[in-house]
Amino acid sequence: MQNNPIRKLGDIGLYVLEDLGRMGIYLLRMVLGSFKRPFRLAECIKQIRFVGAGSLVVIFFTAMSTGMVLGLQGYYSLSKFGAEGMLGSAVSLTLIMELGPVLTALMVAGRAGSAMCAEIGIMRISEQIDALDCMAVDPYRYLISPKFIAALISVPLLTAVFDVVGIAGGYIAGVHLMGVNPGSFIDGMQTSVTNHDIRLGFIKSVVFGILVVWICTGRGFFVGRIRGAGFGAESVSKVTTQAVVLSSISVLIFDYLLTAVLL
Amino acid sequence: MKDTAIEFKNVVKSFAKSDGGRQKVLDAVNFLIPAGKTTVIAGGSGQGKSVTLKLILGLMDPDEGEILVDGENIVDLGSSALKSHRSRFGVLFQGSALFDSMTVYDNIALPLRERTDLSEEDIGRKIHQTLEQLELDGAEERYPAQLSGGMRKRVGLARALQLDPEIMLFDEPTTGLDPVMTQDIYELFADTQQRVGFTSVIVSHDIPRVLNLADQVIILQGGKTDVFDSPEEIQLSEKEHIKEFVKTTMGQIYQSRLVEI
Repeated sequence: MQNNPIRKLGDIGLYVLEDLGRMGIYLLRMVLGSFKRPFRLAECIKQIRFVGAGSLVVIFFTAMSTGMVLGLQGYYSLSKFGAEGMLGSAVSLTLIMELGPVLTALMVAGRAGSAMCAEIGIMRISEQIDALDCMAVDPYRYLISPKFIAALISVPLLTAVFDVVGIAGGYIAGVHLMGVNPGSFIDGMQTSVTNHDIRLGFIKSVVFGILVVWICTGRGFFVGRIRGAGFGAESVSKVTTQAVVLSSISVLIFDYLLTAVLL
Repeated sequence: MKDTAIEFKNVVKSFAKSDGGRQKVLDAVNFLIPAGKTTVIAGGSGQGKSVTLKLILGLMDPDEGEILVDGENIVDLGSSALKSHRSRFGVLFQGSALFDSMTVYDNIALPLRERTDLSEEDIGRKIHQTLEQLELDGAEERYPAQLSGGMRKRVGLARALQLDPEIMLFDEPTTGLDPVMTQDIYELFADTQQRVGFTSVIVSHDIPRVLNLADQVIILQGGKTDVFDSPEEIQLSEKEHIKEFVKTTMGQIYQSRLVEI
């Protein structure tokens, strides 16, 4: 009976629905927790430092290499049509609307999201979250919301840094290495990038920031209830990997959806 | 407070099994926990001791039945009512559940900072008084990882006592401690209970020692409960599963008392 495939399929379906419901309620409580008093300002600043300032080096190198590759690849493609002058436009639009928000979110998921998931997961298995509940302290307000606020502030700022550094990388590769005219690079960028493009990149970065912190802290929070994760330290390790993979895939899926809706 | 602190009425709690069925951990369980006394909940692993504590705290809901705390049914309470319900309790967890990234002082101060309007000065005064009572002077600036198992339990107890709970729940309070430390911790519980006057519920499988503290013993086995008014009454029970329990766990009880004498 237990090997019946239909039963197994139904079982998986029920689990997915239950998990989605649980994560949906979790998202709501995480957001509501941010408005509850007393506010944990010092913890928010600590988390902004961890998620934001702590990710700057990773973001810088990722953005610089991505921008330089874009500069070289863009030059190679555009020169086939004699359109090297459009390099500034191509690099900046690609970075501001697509690669900046997406790669920043992926880097934050890998660096800060995994750490958040492991931290919350360990707190769950060592009963620290139960202890908060028992002291009638809301764990969403106390633990999760400062991370949510930090991601909400840090991810768009990191994306802006990514865009600027990436464009600088594209400029170095295009202008200094491949000999594109600096004036046409800057002019192409200025004339083609509109407020709408910047707004799209900003909206993406906010949504991706929410996705990363929601999935990563949520998987840690429910570590004992995740099917196949096992127990103890092993469960935290499995759930952390799962959180990074899930948040990365979600970022890519939402990237398409937002582009399709907002472009 | 009424004579009865907690009452379980036909409480059923089951969990999903890997074969798709359900295992009843508590099967229409009934018992009373008297106010101001110490009740020990004993039983083997997986018999539902910790589940009982979680049900009392409202950390999980029963499948059926009522759980009355001070006369109020706590099943399906809303979040604000649950918060007020939990504020009656102090809990000492099996692993102490101290926050690793905080010092002993900050761990103990957490409930006071979060749940009261006391000034930092008053919080400091209250904490130092508790630390002195629990012989933890000088440990304020240490982190949980720098403490022995016994000290962690004391810090956990100090934190649990900060909001003056009506009911203290102890979940396997001496797990991982050596016999001398275990004895110290039980003496500390007894002293603190006498001083503060709370209702104690102790979940433990450290049967011989913990029974010395008990005013009432509840034995959980196979989803059912047996309630005894004294450890000696357990020995006189004619029920087969209780006789088995006595044989496997309480053979040492008189030996442990002889050691004390």
